[in-house]
Amino acid sequence: MNKKKYFLQFSVLVVLAVILSFLVAGKKVTSEYEEVFLLTNTCPPGFKLNDKNECVAQNLYKLYTTENDPGVGGLKSALPKARDGFSPQQIDLGRYLFFDPALSGNGTISCATCHIPSKGFSDGLATSIGMNGQKLDRSAPSLWNVAYMKLFFWDGRASTLEEQLEGPLFASNEMDNTPENLVKTMNSFEEYLQMFAEAFPNRDTKDQIKLEEIYTALTAFETSLISLNSKYDQYAHGYQSALNKKEIEGLNVFRSFVARCAECHTPPLFSNQQIAIIGTPEPYGLPLDAGAEIPFKDSTLRGGFKVPSLRNIEKTAPYMHSGNFATLRETVQFYTDGRGHAVPKGEQLRIHWHIWEPNLSDYELDRLVDFLKTLTDESFIPKIPPTVPSGLTNAIK
Amino acid sequence: MKKTTGLFKFLAAIVFLGIGVFVGKTFFANKYSEATIPMPSTMQYRNVGFTTDTTQMAQKEDFNGKVIEVKSGSSIQAAVKEANPGDLIRVFPGTYSENVYIDKDNISLQGVVINGKWPTLDGKKKINDAFLYSGNGILIENFKIINYKGNGIMGQAGNNFIIRNNWIIDTGVYGIFPQYGKNGLIEHNVLSVIADAAIYVGMCDNVDVIHNEVFDNVAGIEIENSRHCLVENNYAHNNTGGILAFVTPGLPIKTTFDVIIRNNFIVNNNHENFGAPGSTVAGIPPGTGILIMAADDVIVENNIITGNDNAGITIVDLTNGDPKANDPNSEPNPDRVVILDNIMYNNGNNPTGELKALMLTQMDTKGPDIFAYGGGTGSTIRDKNKYRSFGIDNYGPAQITDTKDITTFMLPEPVAPRSVSDHELGELTYYGICAGCHAFNSRLIGVPTNIIQAIHNNNPQGIVDYISNPKNLREDYPEMPPQNYLSDEAKMAVAEYILALKE
Repeated sequence: MNKKKYFLQFSVLVVLAVILSFLVAGKKVTSEYEEVFLLTNTCPPGFKLNDKNECVAQNLYKLYTTENDPGVGGLKSALPKARDGFSPQQIDLGRYLFFDPALSGNGTISCATCHIPSKGFSDGLATSIGMNGQKLDRSAPSLWNVAYMKLFFWDGRASTLEEQLEGPLFASNEMDNTPENLVKTMNSFEEYLQMFAEAFPNRDTKDQIKLEEIYTALTAFETSLISLNSKYDQYAHGYQSALNKKEIEGLNVFRSFVARCAECHTPPLFSNQQIAIIGTPEPYGLPLDAGAEIPFKDSTLRGGFKVPSLRNIEKTAPYMHSGNFATLRETVQFYTDGRGHAVPKGEQLRIHWHIWEPNLSDYELDRLVDFLKTLTDESFIPKIPPTVPSGLTNAIK
Repeated sequence: MKKTTGLFKFLAAIVFLGIGVFVGKTFFANKYSEATIPMPSTMQYRNVGFTTDTTQMAQKEDFNGKVIEVKSGSSIQAAVKEANPGDLIRVFPGTYSENVYIDKDNISLQGVVINGKWPTLDGKKKINDAFLYSGNGILIENFKIINYKGNGIMGQAGNNFIIRNNWIIDTGVYGIFPQYGKNGLIEHNVLSVIADAAIYVGMCDNVDVIHNEVFDNVAGIEIENSRHCLVENNYAHNNTGGILAFVTPGLPIKTTFDVIIRNNFIVNNNHENFGAPGSTVAGIPPGTGILIMAADDVIVENNIITGNDNAGITIVDLTNGDPKANDPNSEPNPDRVVILDNIMYNNGNNPTGELKALMLTQMDTKGPDIFAYGGGTGSTIRDKNKYRSFGIDNYGPAQITDTKDITTFMLPEPVAPRSVSDHELGELTYYGICAGCHAFNSRLIGVPTNIIQAIHNNNPQGIVDYISNPKNLREDYPEMPPQNYLSDEAKMAVAEYILALKE
């Protein structure tokens, strides 16, 4: 019954869309037809549509099994279980929402303001800029491969993407919205009413948009951002010529127990998803960020942050939670400058045992940077909608 | 005269003998050839239920690869590069200063020791690791490994490994370190002067560590965040700590359990601690025989534990053992430890730190044979009164007398790689890679898949040829990059998948 309704609605929508586009095309000869926001019925790359209209993540790492828990290192290792199974329509709706400033309190900021696709879904800033130009405390984390993550925010305070996205949406210095206002705003757009009805067919098409549906659509889009086809991946799958001599030297430094990078940035995700205290410096003038101590109410986690994935790391400078390092070279240098060398006086941080003095040579540090750049893959980068359903200006291109 | 003749005869005999030996050596002995080449004895799997008296094997891999020889002056890594799965690389005596990495499956590396001369990997304190492997089925035997900065032999996620007969001195942090591996054997290795653990089984399952000698290290043998491990017949002496089973917090694998420490000599482990500041082992007091920290179901049986100056066996929780790190997901208590028959005497002659203070509260200046401190439940001990002990009042009588039914924790058959059908391989390749540029019936970056179907109808080889060596056939489309990183098998699988694909 519902399905029939959905098809009826869909075909009416299509007919309307066609008529509308003819009308528009007849009046002005511009590319305005994008303004009809039809949701796609195909999955983004990296996903296969199953017969339940769900997009299931597909990649070569599914060739492997680790008898151990997945995602803990080595080349031919399985990934952790992906958060997938969203419909193509939900993912596509999420894409529009992601770029739509209507999600913020005053219609000036979208998710993409701080998570810019061309900047590795970060923003190129040391710390992001929120509502009315306010400088925020931390840098914007990349969103690539969040489908495989279990811990969100630098301090790891959220364990689902839905929980995570409430943070920036409703923080007064970020998007400064409220749940009530967000729902009200979304329901004021005829375009969104239709799109949500299409993306959530198991309810009455005339129903109002619900907060959970907004969360689901955004989560669906974020989990579609997959980057697993880098040069490194080709090497890992067995193509030994994928990396050049210097890059392989870098890989060997990376996974050696001298540098110990791979101990926490475990392939294939390049994060072990743990909280680690490594004692990086804050940019000049900023006080020490207590990190995971605050949400976990545990002083032993002071200065602890989630181990970030290194995929597309080349694109997300500057580095660390408050962007103190402008380049990858400065970042890798930090790890060889001595255990706790940048910890402010009077702070007793429980620095992670893998932070030590590996005495890496300049040559080795250069090779590490060479290797890190082999983790770049943006082949599945999503298309940015030229216009968004709210009619507001999407500043991100 | 007679006497002189006798002497002459004797001298002549000596001379002839000398000539004979010389001729023999010159013409018949070739120093560097052997009558037979010992094949790599790959893993052999005994049927579960066979007694130890039989030589019958349930499963065994026969050698049918090629043999690649590496002589002094050439590179082991070059041989690895040339090798295919199943091959044997034989390394002859000489000094090799290199980092050998093995990102392939089923490669055997076998040192050939001739006349007491070993093939030696010398890191000169400049190179990080001697051997790094990520493949399954790796065998490394008969190497002398010295002066590396990181590890002698480190494995990452390789299953079914054998590491044996290696002589490892001062290779930095660890001597032998399989990490994230299942089903492995570490036997007959001799390791010394390692700044952390000589043999470190980290986040592994089903590993036997048997017949090794470890001395002058910070930690002799360490079973960490690993399950189902047998530590047997090892000689651990003059380390800071002899044999360790523990949980390190903050790692993705959170548990250590089902460990048997049996029939080992754990003697005089009193070396000063030279572990790196901040490392977990840096906190081990000198004079530690066995250390069990937060590990569960550890059985200590039939060991000879003597002359360890702090305590023979130390059992602690994480709060007391490693207060530096915190991980709410690591269960901090050692539970259900079982201590069976062991010979322990002369331990605790010079206790240090916390233990010393605790013993003084007992009016005792010596450390105990068994020292338990902190949380943990369900632990038991056989013949409790035999030992001088501290903190085991709540240990009940052991429910077992021995573990003789368990001869190994290795698996009855190798961990099999996941096998996928061609269809599945094609599907994963299509959606995982091709779909970035090709949609079924619309243009993304490349041509729609249904057009590819029309062009290469019934001709998967045509697709294979094209993706291996693309030609820019259409002006309105960008040139496709070659997909040579795909294996031939994957190329054919994806070609067939594309041709069979329906929307």
